[in-house]
Amino acid sequence: MSTHAHAETKYRNSLLGFAARWLLTTNHKEIGTLYLWLSFVLFFIAGSLAMLIRMELFQPGIQLLQPDLYNQFVTLHGLVMVFGAVMPAFVGLANWMIPMMIGAPDMALPRLNNFSFWILPFAFTLLLSTLFMEGGAPNFGWTFYAPLSTTYGPPSTDFFIFGIHMMGISSVLGAINIIVTILNLRAPGMTLMKMPLFVWTWLITAFLLIMVMPVLAGAVTMMLTDRHFGTSFFEASGGGDPVLFQHIFWFFGHPEVYILILPGFGIASQIIPTFSRKKLFGYHSMVYATISIAILSFVVWGHHMFTTGMPLATELFFMYATMLIAVPTGVKVFNWVATMWSGSITFETPMLFAIGFVIMFTIGGFSGLMLALVPADFQYHDTYFVVAHFHYVLYPGAIFGTMAAVYYWLPKWTGHMYNERLGKIHFWLAMLGVNLTFFPMHFSGLAGMPRRIVDYSLQFADFNMFSSIGAGLLGLTQVLFLYIVIRTIRGGEKASDQVWEGAEGLEWTVPSPAPLHTFETPPTLEPALKMDYDPNPVKSGSNE
Amino acid sequence: MSKADNSRRKHTALLSVLAVGMFGFAFALVPLYDVFCELTGLNGKTSGQVAYSDPQTPVDDRLVTIQFLGIVGTGMPWEFRPMEHQLVVRPGKLYTTQFYARNRASQLVTGQAIPSVSPGLAAIHLHKTECFCFTQQQLAGGEEMEMPVTFYIDTDLPEDIKTLSLSYTLYRVNPVEIAQVASN
Amino acid sequence: MTSLTHRLKSSLQVVLLCVFSSHSFAIEFDMREGVTDLSQRIQGIHHMGLVVCIIVGIIVFGAMFYTMIAHRRSRHPQPAQFHESLTVEVIWTVIPILILIVMAIPATMALIEIEDNSNSDLTILITASQWKWHYQYVEADIGYYSNMSTPQDQINNLEPKSVNYLLEVDKPLVLPTNKKIRFLTTSKDVIHSWWVPDFAVKQDAVPGFINEAWTRIDQPGVFRGQCAELCGRDHAFMPVVVEVIPEEEFDAWIADQRLAMALASESAVADRNKEWTMSELLPIGKNTFISHCATCHQTSGMGQPGKYPELVGSPITTGSIEDHLDRVMNGKEKTEMQAWAPQLTDLEIAAVITYERNTWGNDTGDVVQPMIVYSAR
Repeated sequence: MSTHAHAETKYRNSLLGFAARWLLTTNHKEIGTLYLWLSFVLFFIAGSLAMLIRMELFQPGIQLLQPDLYNQFVTLHGLVMVFGAVMPAFVGLANWMIPMMIGAPDMALPRLNNFSFWILPFAFTLLLSTLFMEGGAPNFGWTFYAPLSTTYGPPSTDFFIFGIHMMGISSVLGAINIIVTILNLRAPGMTLMKMPLFVWTWLITAFLLIMVMPVLAGAVTMMLTDRHFGTSFFEASGGGDPVLFQHIFWFFGHPEVYILILPGFGIASQIIPTFSRKKLFGYHSMVYATISIAILSFVVWGHHMFTTGMPLATELFFMYATMLIAVPTGVKVFNWVATMWSGSITFETPMLFAIGFVIMFTIGGFSGLMLALVPADFQYHDTYFVVAHFHYVLYPGAIFGTMAAVYYWLPKWTGHMYNERLGKIHFWLAMLGVNLTFFPMHFSGLAGMPRRIVDYSLQFADFNMFSSIGAGLLGLTQVLFLYIVIRTIRGGEKASDQVWEGAEGLEWTVPSPAPLHTFETPPTLEPALKMDYDPNPVKSGSNE
Repeated sequence: MSKADNSRRKHTALLSVLAVGMFGFAFALVPLYDVFCELTGLNGKTSGQVAYSDPQTPVDDRLVTIQFLGIVGTGMPWEFRPMEHQLVVRPGKLYTTQFYARNRASQLVTGQAIPSVSPGLAAIHLHKTECFCFTQQQLAGGEEMEMPVTFYIDTDLPEDIKTLSLSYTLYRVNPVEIAQVASN
Repeated sequence: MTSLTHRLKSSLQVVLLCVFSSHSFAIEFDMREGVTDLSQRIQGIHHMGLVVCIIVGIIVFGAMFYTMIAHRRSRHPQPAQFHESLTVEVIWTVIPILILIVMAIPATMALIEIEDNSNSDLTILITASQWKWHYQYVEADIGYYSNMSTPQDQINNLEPKSVNYLLEVDKPLVLPTNKKIRFLTTSKDVIHSWWVPDFAVKQDAVPGFINEAWTRIDQPGVFRGQCAELCGRDHAFMPVVVEVIPEEEFDAWIADQRLAMALASESAVADRNKEWTMSELLPIGKNTFISHCATCHQTSGMGQPGKYPELVGSPITTGSIEDHLDRVMNGKEKTEMQAWAPQLTDLEIAAVITYERNTWGNDTGDVVQPMIVYSAR
């Protein structure tokens, strides 16, 4: 037994030991687990806020939440979902899977890894505690436009700023770790073009994070100095410009939404070939398409600002650039369909979620394309049409992607198969819930319902009622999911190492459950194949 | 230190520099945005600089309508309005218009007027040789005054712009900020 | 199984009946056509986008559903081995680009026209503030505030909701048909956005800056919109109502407005020449307070800690009348306390200040006359 293992067994036998183990761990699997549980908790919290919001919106009139509290809930729902549920979930998956997928013993910077995680519980405790501060929590939407957030924000705004800084630092440090790991710790023979796509999408996402999270940090720092140190970045009376805030924010904000989906693309690219028993159709294409999306994401930020009074030339530029992003995204969707085509497909739960992801993310992409058309955008902007669009790409996008990944890799993490029947029930209820909640929002938006309103006029009532019923169902499915996950951790049919017949990749060559330390010596990959790509060619040592 | 460690350190250092650089870039966006807008006038801000009219500037034949608007920010206890709503002018020629202000409060109040021009593209063609917006303005309690703006529209104004609007939003400021604004 | 499906079916019928019979509105699924040439073109662009997306969706999802059925394991046990095809990748890159170019053309043409604000007949300066609109007819030099007129009792479910719930105002913007109208938008505080779906005009109102937009309305009628940018607590409660009248009647309407303003000035003169008693002022003050002040300061005067100051025993309501007048008339900068001087009459301001100084235990005994308010203007 290595000294590592000795040290760990010493900790396991007491409550103090338990705390020490989890506070001090530098192990990528344990840190991955911490991120995933944190994300699950915050997903429930932000989801509960959504339940309350939808309860208020069930009928016209104010029943539950006074307008200011409603605005606080809307703000926190967005912030916690984006920064607390989706991002940590993807980082958790990255932590668990990237080292195993590239044949590395751990992340390149394990202690930094621990630090990156532990910042987050503090950041979110701070953010959520603003609900109980005098003046209430931030109430200006997750996009916190100036001067509503700078001049007119409640006292808790400064704590919000501090929280955002902490989350940003965590993300940036985590992203540095991921890039250094991927660039340095791949098993010999695993060239970049032999890496699994999940690793590729995370490599690209990590670069996006390093480039844009600091810009967000800049924006909130300028907010802080405008509020307290006499600057006027966004204050017209001092010669500043509120629209400048929007430029800086969305320069971060648009790449951010690609950060929220790219790992999901990677997950789909792992799962669909497995259950189609067929290689990913166009590996190189998928890599280049993802890189194109990432690069393009830097030049489209203005499409969030078409009504701010931009001149014609700028509007046209952003319209064309935004429409262009549909091309590489479409290429990815076509590749997934071509992967399935003529395969031999089974529909276990991970595959169901992956297919649901592709179909519904595409629907979200369609509404995105419609939003790009500036004249039409003048009618869609800041209405529920936009809310429908981003919930389609985020929920069936990022969240279904995460759930698909969890079902796919849970047997590897825990050594047990999840209950397939329950998994399928979860999927179908979630599909029903998601569509019932968010599809009507396209129509309430088209009918003229603005965003971020606590109460609405009567012609929107029917759509809202449907959405609220759907949301209730969706909330219940989360409880089911939690139950399934906990039950799988505690027991279930024993999982084999391979788990899924069609799965390829180094992670399937280690035992299930994966031991705390894997690939302490790098695996030998199969001799290089004649073609220079091979999505997941590697099985350690043995021949087929 | 092994080659592998070296590589890791190098990558970590480079990426950290990138992160810090992007933080700086966010701040660089501020002057970049200003420069871009000043060059193109795209956000309707006038240059805040005193312009000097060139007596040789040829006066154009065409007529342009310029509207004047006054808006008072919340908490500013002044009455503030343009004394004429519009002028029909010729590009190249100098004109003066007045704004009326009266301090309704009983103590000294300092104000800063922030100009904005629509369409934005017209802003770089509007040159002010005298404007109450160049400096803060003070009125004692109950005092009133007329504040002039002397300007010309240059002949490079695009042919298709026949009407433009010049608005001033008047904000209450602390006199302490005089030094900051004057340096803008 | 049959009895279960039967029960599910009848429950669903009951639910649908409840849902649809409780409202008298037809459900609108489509973007409205509107009453301007541009609003119709924009609806057309929306349809174009929708049709393209539906067609692509049918092709892509059709292929997916086909393969899920035809190539499932039980039907298709041997998976094919093909992968990678440069030709295919090029084809499904180029074709979408061509489709996008085709879509961009009508969008570009409409946008060029939307951004052409020249040659207007009439200019309206729209000034947004928390949480109302101010409309100024620049050429005619007439201006007024437009507040939501839906009573709080309807919002709090104490009264049935009217047909135009949350979309009604005390004084709508009145515009003529068939004239090119230029809108200039700005704000006194935070960013708001002025939106009338029937005109397809949405323009942000940014403090310190003016933006312009235009419309030309083909037919008379009443058209309703809302603020479309989160602007604080009552963002949902600042509707836009535009009454469009035939162009021939518009000049007469302007003349009527001037007459009404003159009459209001006259009655204001009468009000301030009268000496008012406490008992006359208190009910007017209470009414004014409930209509304008109570939403923030509460009917109890307790306000909201950290946000809206309480008026019970506060330095302003029990201190100098001058400071109290200043605060009410001019607002407080960088807060939601707005300037009421342009929005309320001398009598209303005098009455509400008197009310605040003599209620909830504040017993200054001060009676503030409209004349005092007038001289403070």
